[in-house]
Amino acid sequence: MLDFPKWKIWTIVATIAFGLLFAAPNFLSERQAAALPGFLPSKQLSLGLDLRGGSHLMLEASTEDVRKTKLESLEDTVRSELRQVPGGAVAFTDMSTAGGKLSLIITDPTRLDAAVEALRKVTQPISGLPGARDVDVNIVYGNKIVLNETDAGIAASIDNAMAQAVEVIRKRIDELGTREPTIVRQGANRIVVQVPGLQDPSALKALLGKTAKLEFKLVDVVADPTETAQGRAPPGSQILPSLEGQPIVVKRRAIISGDQLVDSQVSQDQNGSPAVSFRFDSTGGRRFAQATQENVGKPFAIVLDGKVISAPNINEPILGGAGIISGSYTIQSANELAILLRSGKLPVELKVVEERTVGPDLGADSIRAGALAGIVAVLAVSVIMIATYGRFGLYSVAALIINVLLILGVMSMGGFTLTLPGIAGMVLTIGAAVDANVLINERIREEQRKGRGVIPSVEVGFRDATRTIWDANSLNIIVAVIMFIFGSGPIKGFAVVLSIGIATSVFTAVTVVRLMASRWLAKARPASLSI
Amino acid sequence: MPLKIVPDNTNIGFVRVRFIAFALTLLLTIGSIGLLATRGLNLGVDFVGGLTMEVEFKAPPPLDALRKEVDNLGVGTSALQEFGSPRNILVRLPLPEGDQAAVQRIVAKVQAGLKGNYGDVNFRRVESVSGKVSGELIESGIWAVLLSMAAVALFTWFRFEWFFGISTVVALVHDVIVTLGFFALTQLEFDLNVVAAVLTIIGYSLNDKVVIDDRIRENLRKYRTMDIGPIIDLSVNETLPRTVMTSVTLIAALMALLLLGPDVIFGFTAAMVLGIIVGTYSSIFVSSSLLISLGVKSRAAPELASAERVVRR
Repeated sequence: MLDFPKWKIWTIVATIAFGLLFAAPNFLSERQAAALPGFLPSKQLSLGLDLRGGSHLMLEASTEDVRKTKLESLEDTVRSELRQVPGGAVAFTDMSTAGGKLSLIITDPTRLDAAVEALRKVTQPISGLPGARDVDVNIVYGNKIVLNETDAGIAASIDNAMAQAVEVIRKRIDELGTREPTIVRQGANRIVVQVPGLQDPSALKALLGKTAKLEFKLVDVVADPTETAQGRAPPGSQILPSLEGQPIVVKRRAIISGDQLVDSQVSQDQNGSPAVSFRFDSTGGRRFAQATQENVGKPFAIVLDGKVISAPNINEPILGGAGIISGSYTIQSANELAILLRSGKLPVELKVVEERTVGPDLGADSIRAGALAGIVAVLAVSVIMIATYGRFGLYSVAALIINVLLILGVMSMGGFTLTLPGIAGMVLTIGAAVDANVLINERIREEQRKGRGVIPSVEVGFRDATRTIWDANSLNIIVAVIMFIFGSGPIKGFAVVLSIGIATSVFTAVTVVRLMASRWLAKARPASLSI
Repeated sequence: MPLKIVPDNTNIGFVRVRFIAFALTLLLTIGSIGLLATRGLNLGVDFVGGLTMEVEFKAPPPLDALRKEVDNLGVGTSALQEFGSPRNILVRLPLPEGDQAAVQRIVAKVQAGLKGNYGDVNFRRVESVSGKVSGELIESGIWAVLLSMAAVALFTWFRFEWFFGISTVVALVHDVIVTLGFFALTQLEFDLNVVAAVLTIIGYSLNDKVVIDDRIRENLRKYRTMDIGPIIDLSVNETLPRTVMTSVTLIAALMALLLLGPDVIFGFTAAMVLGIIVGTYSSIFVSSSLLISLGVKSRAAPELASAERVVRR
């Protein structure tokens, strides 16, 4: 038990050296670490926002919203599809999106089958689910067709929308020029955004909280003002609030949307006040030119996120595919809008459901206090261990320090984030490591009391204690894994350090201490052992 | 001569005093449940939703006056609490309804409101959690605790025998309830960190119990003719130096964290210290003696030995 084959010794030494090599960059300044030669590890431990300061936002998309958008686009598709049915357009009436499904009545019952066939063709298969489609097309009551989104279809469109949203958010945050933001999806409909160093998240929230859906719609000039005042719009039109105060009736269908924008910048209007210029891509430009050409003399509305920004008259066709949005902008708000338009619209509205901002001095205080507490804890434990177990206590303290360094090494290597609860977890792993050595040393004491010689006592001590240590630590690993899976935020950070720490502490407290003890016993061959 | 916290060869009759221990345990548990029912936990924003700001003042502000001032800002009813030092105040407010910028508006409002009387104040930390998220955090926290307990019971059952599983879980439930009772008593803020502490307490208290259970099993095999009572006493006494030594060392490490460590994890560390004391108590006095009440006899030894062989193979 106490003899170590050469290869084992070298494996242990190499493991420790490897771990220390990865821990080393943490003791250098950022610049020094970056200057290390390429073959050496230079990755430093990433600190959580609670330690370095910054903003953490959790955004949630309303799945209802995704469903609604999907339904609206379905409505458009169905309209255009029925117009193009082979054998002539299919006439229909009573199209409705009530109750979250799209229904319509085909006027000519003989065309029903042709219509259904055409509509089934536009439903999409869902990747990963053979046979499943995103929309069910059914006939009810003779000649009424109902299109229902399937659960799988909704899940797929939410997934799709969230993936797009992450991209849009990344673009918007990059525009802010902040350093290393973390943007990750969480669960089905959430996104976590972490921006280290950001003190005032209001600018960030302003950017993330806006959908930036830009549309150009014709103003419905024939709408009856008294009807409008009562909140009733003619069919095919809708009443939208406007920045200028009076609600405006516009056609439901947009003549063009912001999807075709290629660029947007801050500029000035004729009066020299801040405005936002935009440019369409070539197809967008053509459509815009055509639409303006057909409607010269009529007012159109520029609609952003369901609000009319301005409703200018089309004085002449706009042919260049570029234009200007003017309103009451400051340079700052114009810039914000330009960024929003440049980075594209969010496919879904996002709401902040959790927000945590930590100031840099609090983070620095926490690091300082955590490090101080850690050092004092190691010192206190060292004093107790050495006073109690003498030489073997010293071995465990050496193992303890190696353990802390190994945890740092593994965390740097694996790119784990150290948070405040993580520091607490580290202090607790010290406890686990100490416990293993206490178990071993108490066993050795017991064996000695029974009158066994030095080497047999140590041998039995290690053997019997190791079993208990494994039992206890397997249980701790189980608890740590459960914490990691079910815990959120701080609990997760704690569980990561705890799991790593349990693994490294068993290695250092059992294997490394045994190596040290056996080398000493083999060399010194002590007749008695003071423990 | 090395230091010995617990003298060699103790022979304390733990089993004899078990009914006193059981009564005390029951009393502590009932008392804690009573406190939880009457005072309840001071749940942090993690669990009830809301807005929390840690504000650092140049000089310690008078809490009553400050509370009135904040309430007069029209941002909802506030709850103030000293945090770590008299200059640092934790301000809790209900979560504002409305759009994205609402939280910032409130922070700005409070900042402007305080500036007049207290000069520049430093907002060290702002946290807001919506009601929906906090509900989920509660749920996941409860699941984590329950599942850990179940996993522990299963593990001890497979690794040892069913009665070890039961005695361990009974003791653990006691540890957890008493820790919660402590939070109800002190009204320290109960947040996600504390849940992590509770889970760790489960882990560590378990360590103690597994070590003792291990020894009981070993002694049951070694001394087949001995009665279960003396075997338990022997095992607890034999492992006593280790139990006490580990707890003392751990508490020394935690005290460093409690006294010097960051204020943000004060509740966490306090829970840990208490949990380790309670866990050590329940390991020594409750969980092992409970085995007798569960009807374990030393006659069960042959069965244990065979179970052990299966596991070993």
